[in-house]
Amino acid sequence: MENGGCVIEVEGLHTRFGNHVVHEDIDLCVYHGEVLGLVGGSGSGKTALMRQMLGLERPTHGSIRVFGQSLYGHNRKQLRAMRNRCGVLFQKGALFSALSVYDNIALPMRELRTLDEDMIRRLVMLKLKMVDIDARHADKMPAELSGGMIKRIALARAMALDPELLLLDEPTAGLDPELSDGFVKLIQTMRTELTLTIVMATHDLDTLVALSDRIAVLADQRMVALGPLKEVINRNHPFIANFFLGERGKRTLANHVDI
Amino acid sequence: MAEYRGNGSSLVLRRVTAEGGAPRLVLSGSCTLSALGQRLQPLSAKLAEYATDPALQWDLTEIAQMDNAGAVLLWRAWGERRPQHLLLRPEQEKALNLLEMMSPPPPPASRDWLWPVTALGKAVFLLWEHLTSMVILSGQLLLDALYLAVHPGRIPWREISANLYRTGAQALGITALVGFLIGVVLSFLSSRQLQMFGADIFIINILGISIIRELGPLLAAILVAGRSGSSMTAQLGVMRVTEELDALTVMGIPHSLRLVLPKVMALGIAMPLVVLWTSAIALAGGMVVAEIQLGLGYQFFLSKLPDSVPIANLWLGLGKGMVCGMVIALISCHFGLRIKSNTESLGEGTTNSVVTAITVVIIIDAIFAIIFSDVGIK
Ligand SMILES: Nc1ncnc2c1ncn2[C@@H]1O[C@H](COP(=O)(O)OP(=O)(O)OP(=O)(O)O)[C@@H](O)[C@H]1O
Ligand SMILES: [Mg+2]
Repeated sequence: MENGGCVIEVEGLHTRFGNHVVHEDIDLCVYHGEVLGLVGGSGSGKTALMRQMLGLERPTHGSIRVFGQSLYGHNRKQLRAMRNRCGVLFQKGALFSALSVYDNIALPMRELRTLDEDMIRRLVMLKLKMVDIDARHADKMPAELSGGMIKRIALARAMALDPELLLLDEPTAGLDPELSDGFVKLIQTMRTELTLTIVMATHDLDTLVALSDRIAVLADQRMVALGPLKEVINRNHPFIANFFLGERGKRTLANHVDI
Repeated sequence: MAEYRGNGSSLVLRRVTAEGGAPRLVLSGSCTLSALGQRLQPLSAKLAEYATDPALQWDLTEIAQMDNAGAVLLWRAWGERRPQHLLLRPEQEKALNLLEMMSPPPPPASRDWLWPVTALGKAVFLLWEHLTSMVILSGQLLLDALYLAVHPGRIPWREISANLYRTGAQALGITALVGFLIGVVLSFLSSRQLQMFGADIFIINILGISIIRELGPLLAAILVAGRSGSSMTAQLGVMRVTEELDALTVMGIPHSLRLVLPKVMALGIAMPLVVLWTSAIALAGGMVVAEIQLGLGYQFFLSKLPDSVPIANLWLGLGKGMVCGMVIALISCHFGLRIKSNTESLGEGTTNSVVTAITVVIIIDAIFAIIFSDVGIK
């Protein structure tokens, strides 16, 4: 069953913060081994949806299953094992401000308790290399880093345990175009070596088009489109028209696909 | 859910003999962190053992999945170079290339045997730095106060009143509780002793002097230092972490005028009032016990109080309160502004601020006791 089965299964999801309705009846299945791009206007609830997929927040209604397992079960060991298989990049990086860059990446590895310190050191250096961070920055504290560096180090931390499922919230926001391309290449390389499932919320059309197998569009509290790029851009919806077929969108799409 | 394990079985090593009669090690299965799990350590030793044989052919083509951890495991076993005979798939080639390009990991830092000397030196410098920056902050506040005297329209009334409410009004409950209990205990203990000598009447002197002059101001100051001091430090610290302080700077709003001065002024006003309140409640507590234990009526107690306790003691208590209040605010803000933008520094700064504030409050009390040793005591 290549590409079969849902890694994340969202059913009838409703989210409300007070009176403010964010999601209304969302169904979604993230297939094994695919990259799902999540787009939507600012405040459309992409981050909220991801937080729910991680079990950080509970939806008002509906259910979410990750690796076929409910997030609200009471089996802590299973939940922990599941969490070790997910890597997360938060929108603002969420690096531990009291730990150095090195320790930030080493932390999840140390928590695993199967790796020795020498192996951890090599792995951390490798991860830093992968995200294009020079080894001399390893001892810096997060407060001493630039915004783009924080993003890349947070990405390195998300990938510390070589997870099968990556949730990336705006992975390329704050990166210059060259680094964004580097990110795209990095993910593409990783996908040739490993079966990776990725959910990625982004506003960056280049990254979205280059990486996504399918695209989910959130607008008006609903999932207004879900499918490969070609299908999505043919849907008739003002947000889609604006996002993909605006001046900038057309230019990007022209570079990547022939429509 | 097993299908999502996807990567199948863990790494399997199989030693075979290749066509030419050369020994060959075939690796198959999945070489990933999650698949290896607890086997990582023993496997590492085993691979290293195989790697000692230079003639051995390594065949990685049957490995289903290999992640960074797996690649590093092999790389380390090989002694950081490729073995002479190696069969690879193209994507594995890429992973190894990355490892080859990687700079060697830095060695762990060596121990510095001079650390006691450096630690002491750093502590001295730190103390000096605290003192100077505290002086600078006080001077800045003085300048700000002069500026406000010339431009009264710029006085930050809203901030001052908000701080008055937070540090003064909201502290009334806890200071009342503590004051009352201390008054009760003090009165109970002294009245037992005084009864033995038949000197019941002196309970008024003892309670009056000790509470109004010493205990009331000290209790109030220590409670406020713990309560309001920590919150002031934490507030400024979080503003540093979230870059709000920088936002204020670029808007041209000076920290000292908008953040520090209102706090210092508010606490300078609120503290004498809190001291008055604490002393009053503590005296009330003492009075209740004096009535029960010694049968001293409330009216008698109150009418006798002005005769036995000179009014100078009250002024002394209030003056102490004001000085302590301003110093507490100053110390809290000083520590708050020093916090660096990380959570550890935030916690450390808050602790240091409270400890310093309480210590300094007690030192101020002692200084007052020496300077005014012949004031207000008959
Ligand atoms: N904890 C919360 N309490 C109240 N409202 C919230 C909370 N979290 C999110 N919201 C609201 O939910 C909506 C969706 O927020 P979310 O952060 O998911 O947007 P987003 O799609 O990620 O936007 P962006 O692209 O700007 O990151 C917003 O209107 C926000 O105000
Ligand atoms: Mg978001």
